[in-house]
Amino acid sequence: MFDFITDEHREIQKLARDFAQKSIAPIADHFDETGDFPLETVRQMGSMGFMGIEVPEEYGGAGMDTLAYSLALTEICKVDASHGTIMSVNNSLFCHGILKFGTEAQKQKYVTAVASGQAIGAYSLTEPMSGSDAGTMASRAVLNDAGTHYVINGTKSWVTSAPYADYIVLFTMTQPEKKHHGVTAFIIETDKPGFKRGKKEPKLGIRASATSEIFFEDYLCPVENRLGQEGEGFKIAMTVLDAGRIGIASQALGIAEAALEASVQYAREREAFGQKIGQFQMIQQKLADMKCRVDASRLLIYQACLAKKEAAKTGGRYSMEASMAKLFASETANYCAKEAIQIHGGMGYSKEMPLERYYRDAKITEIYEGTSEIQRMVIARSLTGLR
Amino acid sequence: MKVVVCTKQTPSTTAVFSIKNGIVSWDDPGGKPNVVNPWDEYAIEEGIRLKENHGASDVIALAIGGEESKEALKTALAMGCTGAILVSDDAFAGSDAVGSARIWAAAINKIGDAKIVIFGKLTIDDNMGVAAMMTARKLGWTPLTFVSAIKSISADSITVERLLDDGKETVTAPLPVVISVVKEINEPRYPSFMGIRKANRAEIPVWKAADLSVNGGTGAAASKVDWSHIFAIPPRVGSVEMIEGDSIAEQVKILVDKLFEEKVI
Ligand SMILES: Cc1cc2nc3c(=O)[nH]c(=O)nc-3n(C[C@H](O)[C@H](O)[C@H](O)COP(=O)(O)OP(=O)(O)OC[C@H]3O[C@@H](n4cnc5c(N)ncnc54)[C@H](O)[C@@H]3O)c2cc1C
Ligand SMILES: Cc1cc2nc3c(=O)[nH]c(=O)nc-3n(C[C@H](O)[C@H](O)[C@H](O)COP(=O)(O)OP(=O)(O)OC[C@H]3O[C@@H](n4cnc5c(N)ncnc54)[C@H](O)[C@@H]3O)c2cc1C
Repeated sequence: MFDFITDEHREIQKLARDFAQKSIAPIADHFDETGDFPLETVRQMGSMGFMGIEVPEEYGGAGMDTLAYSLALTEICKVDASHGTIMSVNNSLFCHGILKFGTEAQKQKYVTAVASGQAIGAYSLTEPMSGSDAGTMASRAVLNDAGTHYVINGTKSWVTSAPYADYIVLFTMTQPEKKHHGVTAFIIETDKPGFKRGKKEPKLGIRASATSEIFFEDYLCPVENRLGQEGEGFKIAMTVLDAGRIGIASQALGIAEAALEASVQYAREREAFGQKIGQFQMIQQKLADMKCRVDASRLLIYQACLAKKEAAKTGGRYSMEASMAKLFASETANYCAKEAIQIHGGMGYSKEMPLERYYRDAKITEIYEGTSEIQRMVIARSLTGLR
Repeated sequence: MKVVVCTKQTPSTTAVFSIKNGIVSWDDPGGKPNVVNPWDEYAIEEGIRLKENHGASDVIALAIGGEESKEALKTALAMGCTGAILVSDDAFAGSDAVGSARIWAAAINKIGDAKIVIFGKLTIDDNMGVAAMMTARKLGWTPLTFVSAIKSISADSITVERLLDDGKETVTAPLPVVISVVKEINEPRYPSFMGIRKANRAEIPVWKAADLSVNGGTGAAASKVDWSHIFAIPPRVGSVEMIEGDSIAEQVKILVDKLFEEKVI
């Protein structure tokens, strides 16, 4: 039916499924419970090519397209969304941005290390007082008199993988008076003086994905580590988020699929009032709505993947398609996780089954890489042309 | 040093079969799930490790079978084998174990220069476990079966540990050898995405009967094994009897009496 899905895509999907089921499923609950970082499986995923699916082979990646990335990420998240978060940051927020805007030397050094799984990457836009409104950040980078280094100061918050990251793509202000046009991107090496990590944030879901604040105190960033030109940072951040949102949509789809599959199975087995609960109309309605939304999410993701491919040819953007996929899939994940618990009754609420984990994990997909409100804003602005 | 890994495409362990009137049918809805014979994954892994740790120059995956066997070879390539060859000819269809050993030997001779040939312990479809032994015989090489570790390799010999029913033994044999491996030998790796892409680009040559100098008969006609009668094992029937009694001691006494009666003890 979908002839853009090749045999190779299906092979990638199958390998991701096998790996997720054999190597991640047995450990997912443990890492959720403890909040520890699953370094071993993350490294293994790196050596298998999970961390640079769209990265060309000459930079240590698998050299595939966005659809392959989406299919693989969905399979991982169907088993454990936390592994998916780590994977998505490395792929779309770290590698994609440097590949698109970086110099050859930057690609050689940073993309190769992260795509091959030897290093972990992160992306840092948010600040304590600057979330959805990313143009208001308080951190600063000032070029030194010799013109060799930027001196960076400030606090960034909610940086996924920061507790373990080797390299971070950082967005900060070089010319605050210009607001959005004063943002510049840098590649930060976390083993240099002036960089500090905060403590891991305890959180509701994706608990095995480590998130923390990071602090810069007169951190010296060499000029050659600037990503793109001065003032280009906001554009880079948003371009990278377009790609990232296809990833989060795929993550959400994985959670939703898992919730739906469990629900269908339970509805066929569990009996109440002398029949299978799947024979009650009220349960049927839930299953039918879940299935429609899951498939619609998948189709919106396919559309976004195709739009991204097209945009790469024409030099255009695909922000609206990416936002639509992310918005709809993330709301679908939340709907499906919630209804899956409902269908499972008391068992759904128990930690004996992974449904309550899906429920907690699903919520983040409506928040990071742009809240649902922000996605609706992007979509409507694209439609109307109004700001 | 050249290494050859012999693999087979087999039905998945979850495949659904039924047997009616001596005819086996494969009833999986939505296609026939094939996999690399699970034991061969250990053979492939060990072959790749010979390249990584013992300087093997080539690790060539070899399969006998239809066009679908290319899938097993692609898995071997995706895991890290350096080459793959399919041996496929209608004339080979229906070969028994000896016929297959003749084909393996001819193909290994054609590859030439191999020092180590690796088989899995057995294939899950035939469950015979004789391929390594018979192929070694046809090649005139030393067979080393049930290998659980390769200890060392020198220019002209190999030392391995064999896992036997009542213990382990370490043996040294002159090269070339044919070995069969057990699952204690390693943990097979997953293929990588890069490997999958490489495998999809690889040309897998197909060798026909005419390309090989097979010594002796092959195919159904030459087969000494005749599948004269195929039947499904009848399902076990049994009955359950709950033993009643006022105390545990009394219940145990009744149970023991019954077991004596049935001559179980
Ligand atoms: C687990 C986790 C991981 C994260 N990882 C990263 C990361 O790796 N890198 C990174 O840079 N950031 C990361 N973030 C930050 C995340 O992207 C932000 O939390 C998100 O963008 C929302 O920003 P905020 O939390 O400041 O909320 P706010 O922007 O303060 O929003 C609060 C509420 O107001 C709404 N709102 C804001 N503006 C509007 C508007 N114009 N119209 C309507 N409603 C509006 C929002 O939708 C939301 O409901 C992460 C966050 C979490 C929780
Ligand atoms: C934390 C917790 C505390 C609890 N505490 C107590 C307690 O103190 N005492 C106690 O006795 N119980 C307690 N319970 C049990 C609780 O009341 C039951 O879980 C609840 O009644 C649902 O029953 P069930 O889990 O067997 O689900 P099921 O009855 O199997 O229901 C499964 C699904 O089928 C649906 N369904 C069932 N029948 C119909 C129908 N006719 N039409 C449409 N849909 C139907 C249900 O709505 C549900 O979505 C507790 C449960 C939890 C999780």
